[in-house]
Amino acid sequence: MMKHTIAVIVNDQPGVLQRVAGLFGRRGFNIESITVGASEEVGLSRMVIVTSGDDHTLEQITKQLYKLIDVIKVIDLSANPMVSRELALIKVQAEHTARPEILGVVDTFRASVIDISTHTLTVQVVGDTEKIDAMVELLKPYGIREISRTGVTALNRGNQK
Amino acid sequence: MATTNVITKSRAELIEKFSKPEVISGSEILLRSLLLEGVDCVFGYPGGAVLYIYDAMHGNTDFNHLLTRHEQGAIHAADGYARASGKVGVCIATSGPGATNLVTGIATAYMDSVPLVVITGNVMSTLIGTDAFQEADITGITMPITKHSYLVRNVEDLPRIIHEAFHIANTGRKGPVLIDIPKDVSAAKTLFEPVTDVNIRGYNPTVSPNKLQVDKMIKAIKEAKRPIILAGGGVVYSGAHEELLEFVTKTEIPITTTLLGLGGFPSGHDLWLGMPGMHGTYTANTSLQKADLLINIGARFDDRVTGKLSGFAPLAKIVHIDIDPAEIGKNVHADIPIVGDVKTVLEVANQVAERAELADEWRSEVMASKTAHPFKYIDSDDELKPQWVVEMIHETTNGDAIVTTDVGQHQMWAAQYYKFNKPRSWVTSGGLGTMGFGFPSAIGAQMANPDRLVVSINGDGGMQMCAQELAICAINNIPVKVVILNNQVLGMVRQWQELIHENRFSHIDLAGSPDFVKLAEAYGVKGFRASNKDEARQVWEDAMNHPGPAVVEFVVRRDENVYPMVAQGSTIDQMIMGDAE
Repeated sequence: MMKHTIAVIVNDQPGVLQRVAGLFGRRGFNIESITVGASEEVGLSRMVIVTSGDDHTLEQITKQLYKLIDVIKVIDLSANPMVSRELALIKVQAEHTARPEILGVVDTFRASVIDISTHTLTVQVVGDTEKIDAMVELLKPYGIREISRTGVTALNRGNQK
Repeated sequence: MATTNVITKSRAELIEKFSKPEVISGSEILLRSLLLEGVDCVFGYPGGAVLYIYDAMHGNTDFNHLLTRHEQGAIHAADGYARASGKVGVCIATSGPGATNLVTGIATAYMDSVPLVVITGNVMSTLIGTDAFQEADITGITMPITKHSYLVRNVEDLPRIIHEAFHIANTGRKGPVLIDIPKDVSAAKTLFEPVTDVNIRGYNPTVSPNKLQVDKMIKAIKEAKRPIILAGGGVVYSGAHEELLEFVTKTEIPITTTLLGLGGFPSGHDLWLGMPGMHGTYTANTSLQKADLLINIGARFDDRVTGKLSGFAPLAKIVHIDIDPAEIGKNVHADIPIVGDVKTVLEVANQVAERAELADEWRSEVMASKTAHPFKYIDSDDELKPQWVVEMIHETTNGDAIVTTDVGQHQMWAAQYYKFNKPRSWVTSGGLGTMGFGFPSAIGAQMANPDRLVVSINGDGGMQMCAQELAICAINNIPVKVVILNNQVLGMVRQWQELIHENRFSHIDLAGSPDFVKLAEAYGVKGFRASNKDEARQVWEDAMNHPGPAVVEFVVRRDENVYPMVAQGSTIDQMIMGDAE
């Protein structure tokens, strides 16, 4: 199944997330991640949804989204070159002996440590989903206490709006 | 027909009356806005959260409100009003249980693309989210079954929201729009000025088709040897019956109309093949399966029409005309998609449409099949057959009545044996299949058409789901003729249990139903009963001659089945012909 990243520009209205998420649920479309935030225009929010399915499913998702009155525009970001980023906070078990190794991983991934306690380090990593998955794999042996991931946000590259 | 208070003022007079800016309450804004939208009858039921709205109605002679006996009756009536008139149906209910009682009716309208504006009260804004008395999150509950919904937070927004709601409900693919008004908003006052323009950024339905796509269809018609038209509810909803007739006259392509499309094309026309699908005609179904070109005009390839999807119209190039782009390609791949309003598309097509000249052999084949395979049933002189009753009703009303139905066997017999000449004469719950819809929807249809004969055909099951509305027929003298085809059983369930579940009849016996004649008379409605043909003809004539509402119970054979029947999972040419053989 193909993965698709779509941007949905919506009216910043109460209940709009429920309308979009509900539509995915009842039509049997899958949501791998969803992010919502302000857009470049006051009154509009940008959602970025990562979903999977064949071309027919993507077409239906797009058309069904357009039926929502609060949806202004649907963009299939993955149809064109795009940049996509996700941020993860990973709290990893870090005894003194393990810290140098962990910091080595952090450096390699150009991540950063944003909190230190007696037994843990909290690492912030930004990148595409694969990078974050890889980082998580590498930190697993030390013992991961908690992970919080934002989900993917994305834009098309270049001059294209 | 004499109703309590009939609207006399024209819209121009109302605009004149209300155009002066004035500080008034949200409730008064609601009533004025509804009048300005051209609403001449509202169906509703009061309660705590809508007290201010009902207070504004008190003594308001411009506003016509019909008090039903259940919110479900109100919304089905509003639905029948909309289907039979093409105008937006409006109903009002209070918060909590009042609102949730509308849910079935909203879903019914949504599935069949019926324009409704549904007004609900809610608890005061300050109480929302606290599980207050009679609080329900009705915008949340109805999100999957409304075209759009509003929870009004500021009284200043109310005029715009009402105007938008009517616009959204009755344009594009039509559907129900819900406006939830907290009690404090209906009480709050603000300066009211009528809203006349509408600007909704995310809503701009495509009406005019892409001409290149229409040309492709015209070319496909020229090349087709076995073309067929499948026309649906979209023809009726866009008012395209004349354009459709012109299109068929020009192209001479045989046509089948779906359950919701009945009346969209004259049933007496030579090229009309009847309804397709699960209980459709032999010829419609076999022709769809043999066709090399299928032109779908405003139908949505519902599973009751297509049967087994992978085996549907296997040889056909598919043209799909629909106002809703999401319907195109949803169930059946379209080779030539045409997005647009059916009427507009057909107007464009009719300018260039030509006779399908390679289809002569096909036309004769289809016509011969139509003659050889009409709907059939085995008549009886001992028992009343439901099909015979519908045929009799058809003959005695010349096919000119507005017919509403409930859901089940009687609905299919009505669809098969009542032959419609005109659009907006057939009111039935096709998509949702809502029992309890038939009778209250007839009340709405009658309110919208005071001068037409409205016949509501029901089973003994569904009639008991909204029978309480007999009261409003009696009180307001709404002269609906309510037919009950009483077979003392849930007939369609019985049929499936017989044919699909090896005669394991489970919970279908409706013994203990009331005496429907006495029930009618308890409400002050004239009741009749017939058990044989002579009685049937007589009581039907009496009921028709009776000036007010009447309930006519026909005691019919219990174990009758609807044929032909396509079992679920079969292709539509695999029909169980039963008595029709």
